[in-house]
Amino acid sequence: MKRTGAQIFVESLKAEGIDTIFCYPGGATLNITDALTDISEINQVVVRHEQAAVHAADGYARASGKVGVALVTSGPGATNTVTGIATACMDSIPIVIFSCQVNTMLIGNDAFQEADIVGITRPCTKHSYLVRDVKDLAKIIKEAFHIAASGRPGPVLVDIPKDVSSALADFKYPEKALIRSYQPTYVGHPGQIKKAMRLILHSRRPVLYTGGGVILSNASLELTRFAEALSIPVTNTLMGLGGIPGNHPLFLGMLGMHGTYSANMAITESDLIIAMGARFDDRATGKTDEFAPHAKIIHVDIDPTSISKNIKVDIPIVGDTRNVLIQMLKIVENEKETYRQQHRNVAEWIEKITEWKKNYPLTYQKNSTLKPQYVIERVYELTKGKAIITTEVGQNQMWTAQFFKFLKPRTCLTSGGLGTMGYGFPAAIGAQVAFPRSLVVDIAGDGSIQMNIQELATAVQYNLPVKVVILNNGFLGMVRQWQELFYEKRYTWTPLHSPDFVKVAEAYGAVGLRIENEKEVDKVLKEAFKNKRPTFIDVHVNPEECVYPMVPAGASLKEMLLV
Amino acid sequence: MRHTISLLVENEFGVLSRISGLFSGRGFNIESLCVAESLDPTVSTMTIVTTGNDAILEQILKQLNKLINVIKVVDFSEIDYVSREMVLVKVNAEEKTRPEILRMVEIFRGKIVDVSSRSYTIMITGDEAKLKAFISLIKPLGIKELVRTGPIAMARGERMLKIKEKTDIKGGESNG
Repeated sequence: MKRTGAQIFVESLKAEGIDTIFCYPGGATLNITDALTDISEINQVVVRHEQAAVHAADGYARASGKVGVALVTSGPGATNTVTGIATACMDSIPIVIFSCQVNTMLIGNDAFQEADIVGITRPCTKHSYLVRDVKDLAKIIKEAFHIAASGRPGPVLVDIPKDVSSALADFKYPEKALIRSYQPTYVGHPGQIKKAMRLILHSRRPVLYTGGGVILSNASLELTRFAEALSIPVTNTLMGLGGIPGNHPLFLGMLGMHGTYSANMAITESDLIIAMGARFDDRATGKTDEFAPHAKIIHVDIDPTSISKNIKVDIPIVGDTRNVLIQMLKIVENEKETYRQQHRNVAEWIEKITEWKKNYPLTYQKNSTLKPQYVIERVYELTKGKAIITTEVGQNQMWTAQFFKFLKPRTCLTSGGLGTMGYGFPAAIGAQVAFPRSLVVDIAGDGSIQMNIQELATAVQYNLPVKVVILNNGFLGMVRQWQELFYEKRYTWTPLHSPDFVKVAEAYGAVGLRIENEKEVDKVLKEAFKNKRPTFIDVHVNPEECVYPMVPAGASLKEMLLV
Repeated sequence: MRHTISLLVENEFGVLSRISGLFSGRGFNIESLCVAESLDPTVSTMTIVTTGNDAILEQILKQLNKLINVIKVVDFSEIDYVSREMVLVKVNAEEKTRPEILRMVEIFRGKIVDVSSRSYTIMITGDEAKLKAFISLIKPLGIKELVRTGPIAMARGERMLKIKEKTDIKGGESNG
């Protein structure tokens, strides 16, 4: 029996085990939209803006480890996804975006709602397809999911013209995607691993510098075991938070521009950096010439292009972080006696680090104003670190990274690479769809939240009890901070007028709460976390608070401005 | 430094723009690029001449390998290879200069592929040095138009660009 392209699409998603899509309809989606009528196996969440569909799919993927799916219409529907796709691409998040397209015959004719979305997104997707024949549809969908989830994950776009979704073909979903030109390397080269282990054994001041790759490959357990087995302190990138419990004694906190004193000093004085699933981003390394000046570098990454791109490394290991850690742990296990002495070798180093941690902890000046850092500390305490946290971008993001101790992987969802304001709220919606019973909190700013505030309607419509803590300081805080420090306090463009967020929430049918001083924090947060409805908490914090420590742009990691 | 790179890519639409987009997006240079179907009609061969230091070349090779449609990448810097290019030159051909042009074409083993009352169109193939020499000699006679293909390259001897070795390059090379 022949089926339409739209039916093939639906059957392919089912065969792929996809149970959720984030979507927005339009003329070009109609065949597919119609084919999804009464398909109860697939939860269909209709957002209010296509950018949010992609962020929601992204948040769903980050929280659950499954591939996120977004479906949008042609032209503006497709172009609205670009920021979401670029966000996922920079952070290696597995999502598949289905954009619908005008009829094949019309492509290239500047037809109504036509956009060359494959062309537009080419530099910010892992791969993309334009389906030109309905006979290829199932195979392309199979390949798209395979490419998105395997190797270094990333977004894949599939553009489906309207006549393809109505055309007829036989349906058979391929069991495997066979792509001769795509075979990622998963297992680390044993020779390289041996070399790396020898270096580790001879190091006296080693540091594990780990990133999103640890989260993506589900390697946090192995990472923690490895760090413990050899007493190696661990620092995370923003993307790597949760890779080791935030309250672990070997954890140094985040490194980089707003990293902790101990993490940045440990990198600077280290004699061996073991980078895992991290890509030496400029926000993490500071001035590259002075990054880890005394250290040899081992770099484990599944993507060869990440290796020796920004910093020349001594021992590259291409492979899946988890596999490589397991291979390394096996060596430690087999040569227990040899590796046991490593604890003694690094004792002095651990002592030094403990001192740094004690003398220069993350801190802020308490005074009569309500401090945003305090609010985040309370969110952490009241949720016992068990919530899924998303952030927007800017000060709210950095304070969250500093003051919320992420205890588990996949609980810190944040736009690390692209730095997308407006990411956190739709991502929280996506995470809440994946985990309806979990507490999902978006730590936002008054600037960022207004970039996708329309998604309140989505949260209310689907009864997704997402909590949004708006650190409202009346400024675009991070830009203001740079103006304060480097532009003589000329606050051009950064003072922000915002609506009454409590009333906005209520107008949408959500709950709006307000906090104006420290005394109200616990009471209101508890109330918010207890109710089962989407909730905005408008927190009026100190307007001119800065994020510290701070490494000025272009400076080396040891040149930190402290509180 | 200058490098010649050969690629086997899927013979699909959009592949060329992925490759040229990679070069422009990451600020790599392309001096020339030649592409056409290979013996296997599902595969195209591409020859790219690019410039950059070792670190840039390493990134170019890795980034090309990372593209899903790229089957194999070979950098000829470490391989003995032959490289040939073709140039078409339309030159002024007046009665006085015709014998000189013909002599030159003969010396360079070229061909005259089109003649008009006032011009010859000459085809010359060879490596870069040969084409350069020919062009500089013919220049004083008056070049009206010149078109070059950019080089294509092939390893000498038994070495061949073969499919299915992409993983070897990826894992092997990067693992040192």
